[in-house]
Amino acid sequence: MTASLLTLADSRLPAGGHTHSGGVEQAIAAGLVRDPASLAAFLLRRLVTSGAVAAGLAAAACRGRNLPVLDAEADARTPSPALRAASRQQGRGLVRVGRRAWPSPLWDALPAAPHHPVALGVAAAAGGLTPRDAAAAAAYLSVSGPATAAQRLLAMDPLTVAAVTARLAPEIDAVAEDCLSRADGELSADTDPLLDLLAEVHATRGDRFFAS
Amino acid sequence: MPPDHNLDDYVDAYEHGHRHGGPLRVGLGGPVGSGKTALAAALCRTLGAEYDLAVVTNDIYTTEDADFLRRNAVLPDDRIEAVQTGCCPHTAIRDDITANLDAVELLEARHPGLELVLVESGGDNLTASFSYGLVDVQVFVVDVAGGDKVPRKGGPGVTASDLLVVNKTDLAPLVGADLDVMRRDSAVVRGDKPTLLISLREDPAATEVAEWVRAQVRARQLQQA
Repeated sequence: MTASLLTLADSRLPAGGHTHSGGVEQAIAAGLVRDPASLAAFLLRRLVTSGAVAAGLAAAACRGRNLPVLDAEADARTPSPALRAASRQQGRGLVRVGRRAWPSPLWDALPAAPHHPVALGVAAAAGGLTPRDAAAAAAYLSVSGPATAAQRLLAMDPLTVAAVTARLAPEIDAVAEDCLSRADGELSADTDPLLDLLAEVHATRGDRFFAS
Repeated sequence: MPPDHNLDDYVDAYEHGHRHGGPLRVGLGGPVGSGKTALAAALCRTLGAEYDLAVVTNDIYTTEDADFLRRNAVLPDDRIEAVQTGCCPHTAIRDDITANLDAVELLEARHPGLELVLVESGGDNLTASFSYGLVDVQVFVVDVAGGDKVPRKGGPGVTASDLLVVNKTDLAPLVGADLDVMRRDSAVVRGDKPTLLISLREDPAATEVAEWVRAQVRARQLQQA
């Protein structure tokens, strides 16, 4: 069933991810991301915080945990209203394409416009994937989208950006593994105040290319 | 693949043309500055009293077009939705239409009687086109000032759109464009599909385009009946 994982993590899957920068647009505006090194630092920071949270939620959703409860857990781990809205917007987009791609009764247990990692876990289960796969997809997507957003906004060399993303593979795998090694039911809560602040400032701007 | 393999397993009924209910969705695409927003505003003014209508804008950067529509089309704020396209206006109307579908569905939920939704793309180039997963029909807007060779150059917008609009005919003498050449070349590359040469400056009601849209709404309503 590995091919389903490739489809799920493919940036071309039409789930709306290309309109979200994962905080990169505001990080660039704030001068925090300006070159490959600062981009790599930002992506790593994002991976081990919101990426780890997303991976844990996706794995738990894939494992069949109570979905409305997980959705509330995601709310509790996302202090920024702008980030909660962005996550639900992307969750809704993933449900739209996921229902068509991997029909399953599992979708019916999701709340309307669920958080993206929760929807991702359901998509993984519907596609016959494992919780480990769901966690890996969530961790990977937490950096792949922001990386391409930075490439577009700064007109960076796409080969460099691809290399930055590829070299994060060991860290992405480690985040996915960490979800599985935790005690049953324990979810990461390592949220990053910087991402919350960037998202809140970004949401007030009238001159943005990205939805978040 | 075994010879008796059922290809229906790969597709489902929710394909273009099979969307049941809901308003007619009309895509307005075309290069920057050709008059997409002016045309959207004209259609809102002309058709606003006849149809329950709303607009989605895909500005590349700001809410400029949405603001223009609010000022010029007398369309209430709750009938205009602006979409952020992540620096890729083309992707948002063709390759990943999620953000636009969200906007259309939001408008449909807010106005249950909606009959017509105009989806205006961000200014792009001649290769831009809408996915038929997003719109039912699409209008491609070019202008005379872009040069009279544009129809001959083709591209999916010019050749495959359901209606080609050549705007700013009033500028033809000033820019040395030959309208007959544009009309003839359009007919060659478009076959039976219609082309309208108009001037929104001389006809701010966009009379002919509005008439074409009325025919599309009627056709959809007949198809749904």
